[in-house]
Amino acid sequence: MKRLLSLNRHLVQQIGYTALTLMAVATVLPIIAVVIYILIQGLPAISTEFLTGFPHDGMRAGGILPAIIGTLYLTVGTAIFSVPLGIAAAIYLAEYASDTPLTRTIRIAIINLAGIPSVVYGLFGLGLFVIFLNFGTSILAASLTLSIMTLPVIISTAEESLRSVPQAFRTVSISLGATRWQTIRRIVLKEALPGILTGVILGLERAAGETAPILFTGAAFFLPRLPHSPFDATMALPYHLFVISTQVPEMPIQIQYGTALVLLVFVLTMNVIATVIRSRARAKRQW
Amino acid sequence: MDKIIIENLSLQYADGIESLRGISLNIREKAVTVLFGPAGGGKSTLLRCLNRLNDLTEVKASSGKILIDGKNILDPDVDVIALRRKIGMVFARPVVLPLSIRGNLTYGLELAGEKRRSKLEEAVERSLKLAALWEEVNDRLDDPAIALSGGQQQRLCLARSLALQPEIILLDEPTSGLDPISTGKVEAALQELKKEYTIILVPHSVQQAARTADYAAFFLQGELIEYGEGQSLFTAPRQKRTEEYVTGRFG
Repeated sequence: MKRLLSLNRHLVQQIGYTALTLMAVATVLPIIAVVIYILIQGLPAISTEFLTGFPHDGMRAGGILPAIIGTLYLTVGTAIFSVPLGIAAAIYLAEYASDTPLTRTIRIAIINLAGIPSVVYGLFGLGLFVIFLNFGTSILAASLTLSIMTLPVIISTAEESLRSVPQAFRTVSISLGATRWQTIRRIVLKEALPGILTGVILGLERAAGETAPILFTGAAFFLPRLPHSPFDATMALPYHLFVISTQVPEMPIQIQYGTALVLLVFVLTMNVIATVIRSRARAKRQW
Repeated sequence: MDKIIIENLSLQYADGIESLRGISLNIREKAVTVLFGPAGGGKSTLLRCLNRLNDLTEVKASSGKILIDGKNILDPDVDVIALRRKIGMVFARPVVLPLSIRGNLTYGLELAGEKRRSKLEEAVERSLKLAALWEEVNDRLDDPAIALSGGQQQRLCLARSLALQPEIILLDEPTSGLDPISTGKVEAALQELKKEYTIILVPHSVQQAARTADYAAFFLQGELIEYGEGQSLFTAPRQKRTEEYVTGRFG
C-alpha cells in the first residue's frame, strides 16, 4: 500500500512536470511557426535585385531598396535623438535625483508613456513636428516621433542597469577623491553599459518595426529615388509591407513575404546583438 | 603631537537616530588609535565624519568641530576632494573597483591629474609593498582585481588608499571577513605604517583592539566613555563600563 502511494506521488510529479514542459514549448511554437512560414514564403523572393533594386510596375516587381534604406535612416535618426537624451535622463534619475514629488511624477510619466498606443504618437508627431514645427512629412519628423516612443524603454532599462551597479563602488570611488560625475563616468557607466546597450537596441528595434508613428509623419507610399536630406519623406519596410498587402491589387504574394522576411531579419539581428551583449557582459561581470 | 582634534562633535541621522553625542577626542599623529565598543556605538559614523563621507548620507543635525592640522574640516568651504585624498579609507568588506589590480591602485592618482607613467608605476610598487602584497601580485598587475582572494583584496584596498600618499588612514573593521593569517598580515602592515601615517582603526574584536592599539577610545551608544593609552586602558580601565566590556561581560 505504502509503495503504491509513493509510486502514485511519483506519477503525479511526472505528469505535472510534463505538463509544464509542454506549456513552455507551446509558448515558443507560434514564434517558430511564424519564422518558418515567413522563411518558406519569402525566401523565393530574395535575390540581389530584390535587395538592391527599386520597385517598378506599380511595386508589383523589382526590389525594395528604398524601403530598406529608409528603415535604416529612421533607425539611425531615432538613435541620434533618443539615445543621448534617454541615457542622460536615466543618469539623472538614478544618480542625482532624490526622491521628491517631482522625480516621482517624472517616473510615473515615463512608465505611462510606454503604454501609449503607437498611433497616438503618430498623431502627436503630425501635430507637433510635421505641422507646428513645419518639418513636413520627413525623416526628421518621423525620427523625432519614433524617438519619443522609444525614450521610455531606453530610460527605464538604463535607469535599472545604473541602479544595479553596487553602491559600494560609488562610496569607494568618492572616498578616493572622485567627484560624483567622475565616479559615474569611470565606474558606474562602464559597468552599466551592457544593460544600457541592450535597452537601446530593444527600443530601436521596436522603432524599426513600427508603422503607425511614421504613417503620418514621414512614410511615403512610393518614391522613385532615395531621400537626399532629413527633410525628405522616405519609404520604410513596415509601411511598405502594409501598402503592398492592402493597397495594391494583384500583388505577387512572394514580394509581400520577401519584404516581411527582410524586416524580420533586420529586427531579429538587432535582437541577437542585444542578447550577445547581455550574455557576454553577464559572463564577465565581477560582482 | 595631535593630528586631529575633535571638539564636542554631535551628529543625528535623518531617521532620528542619534549617532554621536558630544565627542571630544585628540588623536595623535603617527600612532594607531583604536575606536572600539559594541555595534551602534558611533565608531563608523565618527570615521565617516573625518573624511566627510557622511556628506553622502542624510544627516539631520551636526555640531562641533573636527580640526585636522588646525583647520576645521566641517567648514562648508573645505575642499572635500582634497580632504579625501589626504585621508585614505578601508572598508569592512573589501570592495575592489571593477578594474585591474593596477587600475585600482592608480585610480585615485589619475583622478588627481597624475598622468606620468613613471609616477604611477612608482606609486603602484610603493603602495603594494607597504600593504605587504607586492610579492604576491607583482607578476600579474593587469589581471582583474576581483580574481584575488579576500585577504589579498583587502590588502589591495589598503594599498589603493596608500597610493594617494595620505596622511591619515581610516580602517573600518578591515579584517572582519578575513582569515587569521590574512588578518595577521594586515595588522603587521599597520604596525609598519604607523611610523609614517596617522592610523584610526575600528577593530572587529576587543582582542584586535588590545593587540593593535597605541591609544584606544571606548564608545557606547554614541558616547565616548573612556580614552587613553592602549596599554593602560585594556589592563586597568578607569570606567566600570569599559572594564565590563573589555572583560566580556556585555557586548
